[in-house]
Amino acid sequence: MIASPKPDLITVNVDGREVAVPKGTNMIEAARLAGVDVPHFCYHEKLSIAGNCRMCLIEMGLPAVDPATKAPITDAATGKQKINWVPRPAIACATNASPGLHIRTVSPLAKDCQQGVMEFLLTNHPLDCPICDQAGECKLQEQATGYGRGYSRFIEQKNVKPKRTVLGPRVTLDDERCILCSRCVRFCKEIAKDDVLGFTDRGSASTLTCYPGRKLENNYSLNTVDICPVGALTSTDFRFKMRVWFLKKTPSLDAESSVGANTVVWSREGVIYRITPRRNDEVNDTWMSDSGRLLYRAVAAADRLTAIKVDGVDGTLEAAATAAAWLFRTGGVALVGSGRSSVEEQFVCARLAAKLSAAVYLPSRAGEGDKLLISADRNPNTRGALVAGLIAALPAPGLAELAAAIDAGRVATVIAIGEDLAAGLSAAQLARVSLVYVGTHRNATSDAARIVVPSLTMFEKSGTFVNQQFRLQKFSAAVPGPAGATDDLVALTRIMAAAGGAALPAELNALWTVLAAEVPALATALYRNLPDTGLLLDRTPWAHLPFVEGETLHFKP
Amino acid sequence: MPEQRRLIFQHIDEPGYTPDLACYLRQGGYAVLRKAVQRKPEELIDEVKKSGLRGRGGAGFPCGVKWTLVDRKSGKPIYLIVNADESEPGTFKDRHIIHQDPHQLIEGIMITCFANNVRQAYIYIRGEFPHGAAILERAIAEARAANFTGPSVLGTAYGCEIYVHRGAGAYICGEETGMIESLEGKRPYPRIKPPYFPAVLGLYQCPTIVNNVETLCHVKHIADMGGEAYARIGTPNNTGTRILCVSGHVQRPGYYEFEVGKVTLGQLLNEVCGGPLPGRKFKAVIPGGSSAKVLKFGERYKGKRKVGAEMVDYDWGLEDVPMDFDSLALIGSMGGSGGVIVMDDSVRMVDALANINAFYAHESCGQCTPCREGSQWMKAITTRMVRGGARPEDGALLKSVADQIAGRTICAFGEACAWPTQSFVQKFPDEFKAYAETKKADPDSRAFELA
Repeated sequence: MIASPKPDLITVNVDGREVAVPKGTNMIEAARLAGVDVPHFCYHEKLSIAGNCRMCLIEMGLPAVDPATKAPITDAATGKQKINWVPRPAIACATNASPGLHIRTVSPLAKDCQQGVMEFLLTNHPLDCPICDQAGECKLQEQATGYGRGYSRFIEQKNVKPKRTVLGPRVTLDDERCILCSRCVRFCKEIAKDDVLGFTDRGSASTLTCYPGRKLENNYSLNTVDICPVGALTSTDFRFKMRVWFLKKTPSLDAESSVGANTVVWSREGVIYRITPRRNDEVNDTWMSDSGRLLYRAVAAADRLTAIKVDGVDGTLEAAATAAAWLFRTGGVALVGSGRSSVEEQFVCARLAAKLSAAVYLPSRAGEGDKLLISADRNPNTRGALVAGLIAALPAPGLAELAAAIDAGRVATVIAIGEDLAAGLSAAQLARVSLVYVGTHRNATSDAARIVVPSLTMFEKSGTFVNQQFRLQKFSAAVPGPAGATDDLVALTRIMAAAGGAALPAELNALWTVLAAEVPALATALYRNLPDTGLLLDRTPWAHLPFVEGETLHFKP
Repeated sequence: MPEQRRLIFQHIDEPGYTPDLACYLRQGGYAVLRKAVQRKPEELIDEVKKSGLRGRGGAGFPCGVKWTLVDRKSGKPIYLIVNADESEPGTFKDRHIIHQDPHQLIEGIMITCFANNVRQAYIYIRGEFPHGAAILERAIAEARAANFTGPSVLGTAYGCEIYVHRGAGAYICGEETGMIESLEGKRPYPRIKPPYFPAVLGLYQCPTIVNNVETLCHVKHIADMGGEAYARIGTPNNTGTRILCVSGHVQRPGYYEFEVGKVTLGQLLNEVCGGPLPGRKFKAVIPGGSSAKVLKFGERYKGKRKVGAEMVDYDWGLEDVPMDFDSLALIGSMGGSGGVIVMDDSVRMVDALANINAFYAHESCGQCTPCREGSQWMKAITTRMVRGGARPEDGALLKSVADQIAGRTICAFGEACAWPTQSFVQKFPDEFKAYAETKKADPDSRAFELA
């Protein structure tokens, strides 16, 4: 069924199928809307049009009109308006939809063009798929299968080019595989604003290279690996580690800053191999930072906490919760929450703090924004803490207030969730209080704590963050946590129960019925139904706060 | 013998004629510009349209139409780029204008600039013409000192500067959008059309006119004699004179200027150029620069053609074909850049094609797939053939590879590299089939050392 023609929609015809598309849509996208794949290499939705691979050659035609009267000319045989087919093929990526435009992607000419371009691309391609990292996610493989002839007529010597050019600290180039599509060149220039890549030499000897004296070392360099349609640009970190078809894909988020770039975590048998961006046109398009891709290393770090400790002795979660409740009974409790905790954890923290009449502290994490996908607020979930009611004002840097309260003797016990207090407190101040620490890695706080409950990294648990746009976004557990670690929600709800507080469910869907009922901003949101691209919350209750973020890719303060 | 009509080459090789301003002025130079700047620019454009002048760079596109397509409503400056990248093998006319009569070119440029309200013109000259570039620099300085160019041309309010820009030595810089990229300081990757038509989005994304050196010289003569008078020179739709550069196996190779269409290929080669070398026979000719399709002696062409408003039968041997744009297109080749390359019976067509293919593989810019990989593949095949590895099926393979290039690339280089292969194989299939045997009988390679 065709959508009813709106004023901004025009009808085009793809392989005989009519489809209504927005004016100015290029014919690759128009065909996609009609359910037709037009093969392509150099075209990328988020980059300028280069038109160099010639894989998307199609036949195009326009409705015939009488040159004098502009009246439509009808084809006597079909009774429809005659189509004037252009004798030369055109590239679909640079052909924009115009009213009545017809294209053929499966005609003999279009097929011949596709087969010709595929044959040309493979003449100088090494065909080393068995040792190539791109195998399994290679556009050259896919389109050779889908659109190639299936045999080769090339008996000459192939070009020999460098196989392992180091372009920068994270990207290695296999030049023989490069099909010179220029996606990486355009990405660096147009998105990363770091015009560092280009071609030298000419013809078939053309070679991708950095400008003299430069390196591909910007914090977005690995996006060139993502968009490389072949195995030419490889991630030095991921290279030769794992076949992509063995990997499980889990949707996640980049926790580096309040941008909340959408990501995919690729894992196998409990081991994470790489993180790549997940498309969200409202947040990060198809990009993410290099630094965000390395965060998975925290999972298998040597300093992970793996044993519950109560006064230095291994214990159970029950023992830890009971011991914590014993410390809380005298009052004078302070809770240090985290802008890295999920909305759900922050909500339970807020309830725990209310139960214990604890003062709440939440250290800010300020950095410089890069105007792209890393913002000045390096906590991914500051707004979550506001929404969940853990804090009412923007967090301050450091823990000066807590330090003063300890010095004044008003604090006997501190429960810290994932935050290292050494960032704001002296060793002496740490020693003056009883510490309960729920966290993932060993640090000064865990060393000083009387009770330690090892918890999970964001790759091992599920939850939600609220990004700088007040967009509620979901991340999911990619791998199981290490033995001995407890889900933060389980730990916090048990401590809450031991302290005599209300019973809160630790299971996310159950907890969300409580959140929806008690948190006004989340009244209509439901964890189960949260779209992959997130849900914008009403930001008006916090519109008066002076947030620190500057402009980033899809965000203006 | 047909008489030459030297319009552009009037003073070329004339004893005592020097490239300096004084000499040019003695011959009545810049009188046309003096008159032109007193006229309305639109009148001059009209004269060029009436003249029927077709571009002398290769495509033969009507010059007046090109000027009409220029976007004059955008408010952006309009640029003129003078294509002095003469790099089509077999073509050597522009260099003689530049070397011997640079002020004729400058006068043509200034008339064109005035007609189109251009305030900055660039002469893009190929890197291999260092001497020509120096001559142009000198001539521009002279012309500027005498107020033929500069901020106030001949005392009028109109000002225009001409700059010389040297290329670094690449054939593709002769393609107009590649030239624009190169002039902007980038790799000369031709632009995709649409949307980057020079008339709308050219140099620095401004409307731009790109004209060949010889074309601009013709503009001077059109402004002088009027478009209608110029249109009476030559033949209908193929007006004016054109310079033919004959190279290869003739007695007197060189450059000859004729009214377009008033000389046949046979007259040109047999009478003007003195016929084949002693004891040889003509075998093939490429009539418009190395990218034009080859023609075979002994072929006949029959059909109907348009003369004026009427359709007329024609039945030509190759020698009978008039050397004009339309007739050469009619028989499946093109007038191109005017470079006539003659091959006699000593030439093995595979060897000749191997040389051409080596050139185009070397010059492909590498931007788009079919040309980048196809030109190299064709070179690899013909090189293998001349080195003794020919197979009977290679001719058909060559043709098929060429068919996958032409019409599918960003710029016309696709056709330029495919047409020689297509036509060589089509016209001389037996030579390609039998080449392995030919090599056995006579293993000497007559191809130049292949790059």
